[in-house]
Amino acid sequence: MTSAISVDNLAKKYLLTHQAGQGSYLALRDVLAEGVKSFGRRVIGKGSGDRSRSMEEFWALKGVSFEVKQGERVGIIGRNGAGKSTLLKIISRITEPTTGSVRLRGRVASLLEVGTGFHPELTGRENIYLNGAILGMGRGEIRRKFDEIVDFAETERFLDTPVKRYSSGMYVRLAFAVAAHLEPEILVVDEVLAVGDAQFQQKCLGKMEQAGKEGRTVLFVSHQMGAISRLCGRAILLGEGAIAVDGDVESVTKAYLDAALSAGATSAERCPDPDKPHQITGVSICKGDGTAISGPVGVDEQLAVQVRCRLQTPLPGGYAVLAVKDLKGEYVLFSDSRDHDGSATYAGAGEISATVTIPAPLLAPGRYSISAYIGRPPTGTVDACIDALTFEVEDLHGVRSSRPGHIYLPLQWQQDAPSWR
Amino acid sequence: MNEQREIVIRPGMGELNYWRDLWRYRELFLFLAWRDILVRYKQTAIGIAWSVIRPLATMLVFTVVFGKLAKLPSNGVPYPVMVYAAMLPWQFFANSLAECASSLIDNANLLTKVYFPRLIVPAGAVAVSLVDFAISCAILAGIMAWYRFVPDLRILLLPLFLLMALAASFGMGLWFAALNVKYRDFRYVVPFLVQFGLYISPVGFSSSIVPEKWRLAYFLNPMVGVIDGFRWAILGDRFPVQWSGLMLSGLLVLAILAGGVLYFRRMERTFADVV
Repeated sequence: MTSAISVDNLAKKYLLTHQAGQGSYLALRDVLAEGVKSFGRRVIGKGSGDRSRSMEEFWALKGVSFEVKQGERVGIIGRNGAGKSTLLKIISRITEPTTGSVRLRGRVASLLEVGTGFHPELTGRENIYLNGAILGMGRGEIRRKFDEIVDFAETERFLDTPVKRYSSGMYVRLAFAVAAHLEPEILVVDEVLAVGDAQFQQKCLGKMEQAGKEGRTVLFVSHQMGAISRLCGRAILLGEGAIAVDGDVESVTKAYLDAALSAGATSAERCPDPDKPHQITGVSICKGDGTAISGPVGVDEQLAVQVRCRLQTPLPGGYAVLAVKDLKGEYVLFSDSRDHDGSATYAGAGEISATVTIPAPLLAPGRYSISAYIGRPPTGTVDACIDALTFEVEDLHGVRSSRPGHIYLPLQWQQDAPSWR
Repeated sequence: MNEQREIVIRPGMGELNYWRDLWRYRELFLFLAWRDILVRYKQTAIGIAWSVIRPLATMLVFTVVFGKLAKLPSNGVPYPVMVYAAMLPWQFFANSLAECASSLIDNANLLTKVYFPRLIVPAGAVAVSLVDFAISCAILAGIMAWYRFVPDLRILLLPLFLLMALAASFGMGLWFAALNVKYRDFRYVVPFLVQFGLYISPVGFSSSIVPEKWRLAYFLNPMVGVIDGFRWAILGDRFPVQWSGLMLSGLLVLAILAGGVLYFRRMERTFADVV
């Protein structure tokens, strides 16, 4: 069996520019001003002087090598910033590696986002053609599969409606339907299943499973361990730009979860990314009364999660989301800052933080991970900090801790009046 | 069975299959142009009307200011016809340059998510401006019919000069598109350039009013060659073309285009990282 993907000693370097009080982009104005200033300094004779901009090298990938056999389905996992997206971007030829090489045998389709190139003003029908072409389908191919795509998306009645009038669910269904009908030999998929309702997600997973059974090679990035273990036979765990573990799905997902848990941090900070106008800068967790957490938390103790973000421009209608997942990656709790009127919104610009309290008793003993998102209607998520922190809940009295289920609310039982016949 | 294509990704290896890929992605180019045309005429309620009103209004102003007030010569051709014959290439140049220059930024979401030869995006932007050009042509036909002005066979050479306008706007557009990605304030340069160019190009007047000894130097503005070519093809002998000047403009256009493509190709690799 030949290998479909060979990645050899792949590395990618980014240059980060740190500029005091500057936005994301280089402006000619600044470059000119800088040039004049340094010229002035040289003329005056103060030497080269200190530069207000400093460059910093950042290796997103450092020497990654692996082989994927034809027909193999490989999951790629890792924490935020481990280099997953960079790897996919290089394999999809969106960006070039700094060193190393990748060999791909067969037609590649990469799906780094659902609905790339969808235009809100165009109708569903027009967007199917447009998106299909963007993903690399020919006109004839799209026409042939058109009915199938529409069927899959279940949006037949709205084909001639501009997609800006679609509900977000319909939008995602249509977008995924186009992507699902690609027939490449190698399919590269990034976290696209994190959208849409549960039923549709199942359908998508099914479709991808089928793609694998048809002998396609699949490279799949996800944070949902459930999806990874269902879909893939093998997984690669990336950490800090290098391969940490490469092996069968079970051992790798376990390694990932163990690593996530052993971290045991109560606060996750992210360095500000100038290219993101709206970014989550940190997530932290403490007890409801403000005291720090060390070790497991009692079932009766409330937890407070703080989500901090930096908005360079206002985010109209902005909101934050907190998701609590169990070890298998299944959602246990999903809370949206818009759930109550007048609660925290992330509309203004600047550094904003909001805290959400998880009441107690609520969660059953066990380990959980926390993810935070910020988003805006109608496009949804603008930044995510997935599996940022983990915490453990335990029942100190231990009476009920072995029971199944995620909800630990003691319920009231009332004896009904006995009736005798 | 389908043949196994092997793709090798290595630093600096984008070059190799580039032109072949460009051909392979020709359908995407058509789709992007089609999208922009659809969106354009859907979004603005007065979509088509807009591309009619703008050149007509400019023509009116120029006719009044240069023709009636300044009493500049029009070589025996109705002044509005003379102005409009130049508005045709100028509007096309200005539109497609502006669209081309902002095309990469406008399609940033595509650049960071999908691979395709990036040249497709600015090329699509230029193609969209051709639609406006076609509408303008129809208006010119109307104006000429109104003045009972019949062009001769020379008009068959018009596509040649259109090609020259296309090359000029595409070449400059490529420069600006690439620079725009790197230096975001370049978008303020383009409208300025376009506005400025309208006055230093012979749109509102005939290039014959430029003193003889400066005439050749005037062709260093490549649009002078394009506009004179248009007037010659549409209006005939009354607007003779200075062939040496036309050659100069033509060579300049080629140089700009070649330079634009080279610069664009050099910058292309980093677009996805910067945009």
